[in-house]
Parts: sequence; C-alpha cells; structure tokens
Amino acid sequence: MLAYLIRRLINAVITLLVVTLVTFGIFFMVPKITGSDPALLYIGKTADAASIEGIRVKMGLNDPVLVQYGKFLQGLVAGRDYANGPDVTHCPAPCLGYSFKTEQEVTPLLLSDLPVTLSLAIGAAVLWLIMGVSTGVISALRRGSIVDRAVMTGALAGVSLPVYFTGLLSSAIFVYWLGWLPPSNYVPFLESPAEWFVQMLLPWITLAFLFAATYARLTRANMLETLGEDYIRTARAKGLGERTVIGKHALRSGLTPIVTIFGLDLGALLGGAVLTENVFNLRGLGYQALQAIRGNDLPVILGVTLIAAFFIVIANLIVDLVYGVIDPRVRLG
Amino acid sequence: MSENLLEVTGLQKHFPITKGLFKRQVGAVRAVDGIDLNVQAGETLGLVGESGCGKSTAGRLFTRILEPTGGKIVFEGEDISRKSVTQMRPLRRDVQMIFQDPYSSLNPRHTVGSIISAPLQIQNIPTPQGLKKAVQELLELVGLNPEHYNRYPHEFSGGQRQRIGIARALALRPKLIVADEPVSALDVSIQAQVVNLLEDLQSEFDLTYVFIAHDLSVVRHISDRVAVMYLGKVMEIAHRDDLYKNPRHPYTVALMSAVPVPDPVRRDRGQRNRVLLTGDVPSPINPPSGCRFRTRCWKAQDICATEEPPLVTRLDDPDSHLTACHFPVVDDEAVAGRTPAETPA
Amino acid sequence: MSRPFLEVKDLTVRFETDDGIVQAVTESNFSLEAGKTLGIVGESGSGKSVTSLAILGLHRTRSNAKVSGEIWLDDQELVTATNDDVRALRGGKMAMIFQDPLSAMHPYFTVGAQIVEAYRVHHPGVNKKVARERAIDMLARVGIPQPARRFNDYAHQFSGGMRQRAMIAMALVNDPKLLIADEPTTALDVTVQAQILDLIRDLQEEFGSAVIMITHDLGVVAELADDVVVMYGGKIIERGPAVDLFQRPQHPYTWGLLGSMPRLDRDVRDRLTPVKGSPPSLINLPSGCAFHPRCPYAGRNGDRSFTETPVLGGGVHAVACHLPAEERTRLFQEEVAPNL
Repeated sequence: MLAYLIRRLINAVITLLVVTLVTFGIFFMVPKITGSDPALLYIGKTADAASIEGIRVKMGLNDPVLVQYGKFLQGLVAGRDYANGPDVTHCPAPCLGYSFKTEQEVTPLLLSDLPVTLSLAIGAAVLWLIMGVSTGVISALRRGSIVDRAVMTGALAGVSLPVYFTGLLSSAIFVYWLGWLPPSNYVPFLESPAEWFVQMLLPWITLAFLFAATYARLTRANMLETLGEDYIRTARAKGLGERTVIGKHALRSGLTPIVTIFGLDLGALLGGAVLTENVFNLRGLGYQALQAIRGNDLPVILGVTLIAAFFIVIANLIVDLVYGVIDPRVRLG
Repeated sequence: MSENLLEVTGLQKHFPITKGLFKRQVGAVRAVDGIDLNVQAGETLGLVGESGCGKSTAGRLFTRILEPTGGKIVFEGEDISRKSVTQMRPLRRDVQMIFQDPYSSLNPRHTVGSIISAPLQIQNIPTPQGLKKAVQELLELVGLNPEHYNRYPHEFSGGQRQRIGIARALALRPKLIVADEPVSALDVSIQAQVVNLLEDLQSEFDLTYVFIAHDLSVVRHISDRVAVMYLGKVMEIAHRDDLYKNPRHPYTVALMSAVPVPDPVRRDRGQRNRVLLTGDVPSPINPPSGCRFRTRCWKAQDICATEEPPLVTRLDDPDSHLTACHFPVVDDEAVAGRTPAETPA
Repeated sequence: MSRPFLEVKDLTVRFETDDGIVQAVTESNFSLEAGKTLGIVGESGSGKSVTSLAILGLHRTRSNAKVSGEIWLDDQELVTATNDDVRALRGGKMAMIFQDPLSAMHPYFTVGAQIVEAYRVHHPGVNKKVARERAIDMLARVGIPQPARRFNDYAHQFSGGMRQRAMIAMALVNDPKLLIADEPTTALDVTVQAQILDLIRDLQEEFGSAVIMITHDLGVVAELADDVVVMYGGKIIERGPAVDLFQRPQHPYTWGLLGSMPRLDRDVRDRLTPVKGSPPSLINLPSGCAFHPRCPYAGRNGDRSFTETPVLGGGVHAVACHLPAEERTRLFQEEVAPNL
C-alpha cells in the first residue's frame, strides 16, 4: 500500500510538472504566434524603446527559454525577484507573475476569487451527489417502473440542457417572477452564512441539476450491473434480507465507479465553473478566466489554468487513494 | 509420416514481473521453461495439463504469436524462433490457430463472410471461383449453411461460432493447426460434433494438429501422441495408448485417476483407485527446485529436490517412454492403488 | 406414508421477456431423501440451474419470473410460502454453492466476514467473536490451511480450489439439511475437482445432508449421485437410480450424451456419436417432443413425436419418450451400446 501511495504521489508531481511545462510553453509561444510583445502588453503601446527594454530585462524576457522556464518554476516554488538594476520587485511564492491589465500580482488576485468558486463547487457537489445517487439507486431497484421512467426522462433533460439555459430560466422563475430569491449578489460565508446560503441556492441547484442527471444515469447503470452479479445472488442465497443485500453488498460495489468520476468532476469545477459563474455573476475563478481570455491577459490565464490543473491532479490522487481503500484488489494487487 | 513438421528444443517463455516505483524487473513468470518436442506431419499431438502449466503459451509460441525468450522452433526445417512479424507473414499460411472462446475471438461487427475471407485477402490468395464462393465452400465444409455468409457472429450458437473459427483457420489450407482448448467452452454434445469435424478435416486435408486441452478424455480420443505438461515443463510424452495404459510419471497417474468416470458401478465397488493430490500447483514464478512436481508427489525423495530429472526413456522398463522422473511408476504399482487417498488437513 | 425430505411437484418456471415467454422449466417432478444425492444433468439451457434457484426461492426477486407447482422441503411448502419464511430457510436449512467461486464471493469483503455474515443472519443472538470462531472452524473443516490467517483474506487471494472450499464452508456454516451444488467443479482443474468432490462426499456423510448436484458432466454425476435426473428443453426426460440409468439409459438424448463423451475407462472409439443439431430455444420450443428435431428415431411410430408431448412415466426408472419400452431396449442394445 505504501509503495502504491508513493507511486501515486510521484505520478502526481510529474503530471504537475508537465502541466507547468505546457502552460509555460503556451505563455511563451502565444505572443510569438500573434506577433505581440509581452513587454508591450505590460507597458502599453505608447512607451519608448528604452522603457520597453527595461521591462524586458526586468521580466527576464531576454533570457533563453530554459532560463525563463527555470525562473518561472522557481517563482512557483520559492518566489522570485524581478530586477532591472536597482529596481527590484519581489513576488512571493507561489508566484504567477503580474496581470497585463491591472499589473497586480496574479496569485492574490486568484486567491481572492477562490472562496466563491469553492462555495459553488462544493455546495453543488454535495447536492448532486445526494440527488443523483439516490434517484439512480431507486431507478435501478424499480427498473421499468413509472418512477424509473420519470427519473430517466428528467435525467435526459438535465444532461442535454445547458447551464446558461437552465440558469437563466430558473433565475427568471424564482427571482423575477415568483420573487422567492433575491437577485444574485455574492455574500461571503463569514460575513453572513444565511445570506451566503440564500445567494448560492440557485447556482447550486442549477449546476447540480446538470451533474445529478449524469450521476443518476451512471448510478442506475452501475447498480443494474451489480445487481446481476453472482455475489449478489450468493448474498440472497445466504438468507440475507433485501435491505442488507442492496444496502451493503450492492451499494458497496455499485457506487465505487462514482468515486472516480466524482473526484474528477469536483476537481475540474474547483478550477472554475465558467458558465455557471458568469450566468449568476459570481466572481470566481471561472469568471476571472473569462475576463482574462477576453482581455488577452496571459498571466491570469496561465494562473487559472495552473490552479485548475492542480485541483484535477490532486482530485485524481485522492481518488486513487480512496480506491485503494475501497477495493482490496487494488490495495493488495 | 514420421517426418517432423515442427521441432521445438529448449523452448522458453518468461513473462517479466515488474515492481516498485521504477518498474524494475523482480522476477518472471516462467510460463514455458524449456520444452523439447516435435510434431510429425499428419499426426495430432495432444498437449494436456492443468491451468497454468504453460500449454496455451506453448501453443502461442509454436504459431509465433508470442516471441520465445529462449530455445528454438523449427518449422519444416526452417528456424522461425526469431523471425519478425513481416518475415512470419508467408508462414502464416501454413500455421493457423483455433481459439477456445468462440465469443471473443470473432469480431462482432464483421460478417461471417468477411471474417473468413480476411486471411485470403491479407495473403493475396487467388480465388478462381470468386471470394464469396470460396467462403461459401468453407462454410459448407465445416457444416454451416453457406447462405449465412452475411450474418454476424452473434446470430450463431457457440458450436456454430467455433465452426466459423475453424473455417477461418482452414481458409489458407494450412499444414499445421494449433487448437487451443477448441471445445472446452461448448456443451457436451456440441463438443463431440466439433471433435468429429476436426477429425474429418484432418483426413481430408492432411492436416497436422497440436491439440491443447485440459480434458484428458478428449485429448486421448483425438491425439496420436500426448505430452503432459506441468509448471512449464513436459513431464511425459508418448504415443496415446502407451501413455494412457502405462503412465510412468506420478503426475500423469494422478491426473488420470482424478478424471471422473461415468460408471457408478465402479464407484460403488470402490474401484476408483484415486490418487488425491494435496494442495495447489506451485507458482510458476518460483517453481520448486529439482523436479517441479516433487512438492505434491508421494514418491518424492531427497534427490528430487536437488536434481532435475531429464526427459528420458528407461532401459530397464519395456513399457517405458520419455518421462521426466527419478522414480517412475511401474505397472503393478499402478494397478494396486498406490498411496492411500490423503485428505488435505 | 410421509413425504420425502424434498419433493418437487409439477414445478414450472416461466420468464417473461421482450422476445417472448421463456419456458425455463416445465412440470418437473422429482424427490430426494435425506442423506442421498440427486444428480441433475443437462446442457446449457436445459433448466437445471433454474430448477435449483426455484427451490431456493431466488426467482422471487425477479419481477418477470413466474413459478408454479409445489416444492416440499421437510413438510413445508415453499412455492406459496411468504418471502420471509423462504428467506429464513435460505442459507439455513437449504444452502447453495455456485460454479465460479471468484464471482460468487463479494470482492470487497474478506472471506471470513462473508462466512460470519452467513452465520449470524441465522443466529442473530451470536456475538462476533463466537461467529468468527465458527467461521474459522468451518474453514479448517473444508481443508483450508492456516484458517485463522486466511479468514482475513479476500477471495482474489485464494486459489481456485481454496475459493471453492471457502464457498462450501460458507454454505455449510449453518448445517443445512439440503445442499445444492450448481456445477461446483466446472471452473476447476481435474485434480482439484477430485478434491472438491471428495470433500462434498465426506461432508455429506458427516452431516447427513441431502445433496443436489447440478452438472453437465456425466462423470461427476456418476461419482456422487444415487439418483439422476436428465433434463432437456426445461423438461425431465429421464429419471432413475444412477446405476440403472448409466447401464440401461432409456432416452435417445441420454444415449446421445453418453455417445458424446470420450471415456478413459473404455477403449478409444473411432468416432464419437453425439446428438446432431443444437439445443432448442426455450422461447420457441419444438412442438410435440421437444427433442424430436434432433432425435434419430423421431417419426418411427407415426406422427406422435411431432404433435404430442411425451409424459414422464411412473416407476423407479422413468422416461419421457414415445418409443415403446421394448423397442428402446432393443435399440439401445443393438445400435447404441456397441458404439459407447
């Protein structure tokens, strides 16, 4: 188990390294392809040649690529200094550089967006897990019944309707027509938990609806497969009650695949739910990402990408470890 | 007859086992660990043994689906043990394989027609009567309706699917067919039909078979000579009647005595004379030293642990044949019922 | 006269599917005394496994299954019994072992835990420690070395033979009076098969249980069974004491089964003499005698084979065939037996 764990950890570190390489490559290549000059993007087109050169030196844009990448990594791990002679700016770790637009450090900028994204993703995840798995299980147990058909029809709708449609529709109904919920305006949890909850309710439901649909279908399929397994027949042949057969034997293996997909989905969402955040005007990472793409703000794009990748890799790692705990065949080879 | 179509010497196949962070090799599954045998033109050589004895791997080596770790495979006087995939291509016409599972060895998205004609097309075999006609002739040959040319594998029963596999193997008119458990997935009555078909085809096309199976009765029925394998080694090899009448290796004796016989009278009279082997087959990663069977053998002595018995014929025994054993079983011993059946504790 | 220990009367099992009604078992009749072994022989789709699952009441969870007839176990009728009553018997008075012990054991629970679970569901008052000791006892009893250590292993860590032993331990943990073994050795090597068959025989002698051995292998049946039932197309076509059935088989299908088997105890035959064709579809059973399309003697006595379903006669050795008894005896002696 320990070797398994260490191997997974090393895998994760290598993956992250590759991600930095790729994102840095993009950062380096995009200006080349578009014919723009990163120094110009920082300082503006009106600047004179000397100050442009000054920026180049300070940002290290004249160094060879590998040196630039090395410094980039150093910044991530230990922080770095941008220096042009006596003009030194320290960027503490993890340093993601400075925004082209606001010239702010990217790291604090993104960190301030993180709570919004976390609130959205985790809340929605809890919701869709409960909704998706329970309806999926019921559907599988009542296969072919009216309940099953209703759930599956709803799930089909959930899978096929995009968030900007369901989001806008639900806003129109619950906020503007029925007036049950206030218009969206994020309130931090620490400021007022109750308001935070009320504010997040609609985004949660909208996002969860989409995922719950997928989870319901997946759970149903997994459960049906598990219920046909020989060991379920054995459990019944032992004289166990249906509650134990389903609740203990079938759920245990029927839900295992859900762990994988849940980890990946949650990891991906923590990097920003672009559509949902924009529909509900939530200033999270996804919102930030869209703004950065619109403004061609490469350092911010790079930062968001790295954070997203980080969450996905971590989620993957956790999934692997959880799997090792759940499935003895993984743990014991 | 008696000309060797296939000669195998010192054949080995080790599958590496890797472990740890850097996937370094920590050992090997010695699936086939040095076997010598030959297959004569026109005969059927049975290869029998329990799961994990290496018989399937051996079959895949003979057809060069696998590359041997060591040893030599000579087909029609030509060394094919190191030939590349491209070099092997012309030889594929002469050597074909039939697999155990007729469900997974046929592509479900291809019609029977295209499955059977594929080898003809790959090898650019001219079919003067036309490809479709050629396939229909093959279908008829294996007892299938030639009009089912356009059907898909799932529309056939298990026995019929195995016939499709046979037709595909037969398409190139090979000299040697290696059949790996061709009937073990089939119902009893279908099994017998396929065995009969294989026998008919053999006499019609002068085929040579290597027939791999775990069922000793079927192997005895179809084979001219039989080799018994255990943990990657040949334990005993002989003409069928010699082997089944006068088994010399204790493992062969045990194996044969374990086969249930459909005769309740024998049971009631207590004539079973069963040698019950204790325990399981040891792991092929770490086979026992000396004789591999010694850990389960009731005749094992000290020498069995230190010295590997060679596959030889003993001069002091008129009914002897190639046997790898220090203390081969003799006739009266075989009749007496030997060691009492020991129940595992 | 009291009832036999197990009596199955007119057992019929139907499954409704999208393709039609599967006539899995039709009007099956047989009985079994305590301490005896009944072999049920047939090829895939003959209804032998469906029969055993019906006795255990395992079709009850399938909404498309319809079971009718009577099953009497120790003077208790099971077809009409409540779910709870049948469940109390399942794993208790009657237990079952399955063909593939790897897939029949839960991959995520230790073998020990699964045996403990089987014990405690029928002994609710027993604490975990006692149940654990009982499970280790059973593992030892079926010949698993170091049972206390293996208790904590998972099924995938056992070899095929040890796994089937563990499965048997699980089935026997509550001293069942009826043990149903569904192809218990089909997935095993022949030397391991011999061990398992011996084990089942020894345990039967020790516990005095009745055993139903379901198999496609006539050799396995001959090893264990006192009585044999041969099934074809969901119906019993021959039934009788093992010795009698093997020496004087009455049904052409039984002849075909015997003719399909090469046997180690006889000289090698030139050719096997199998039944022609393939088993019928249970959704579309042939009219009359379900075996008639494959029977070399169909139509010998007019059209009855094609129109009229033969009834399993009475008596110790019963057969469902339109051929007159004398003709069957003559055919077997003159045409069939010389080729076996």
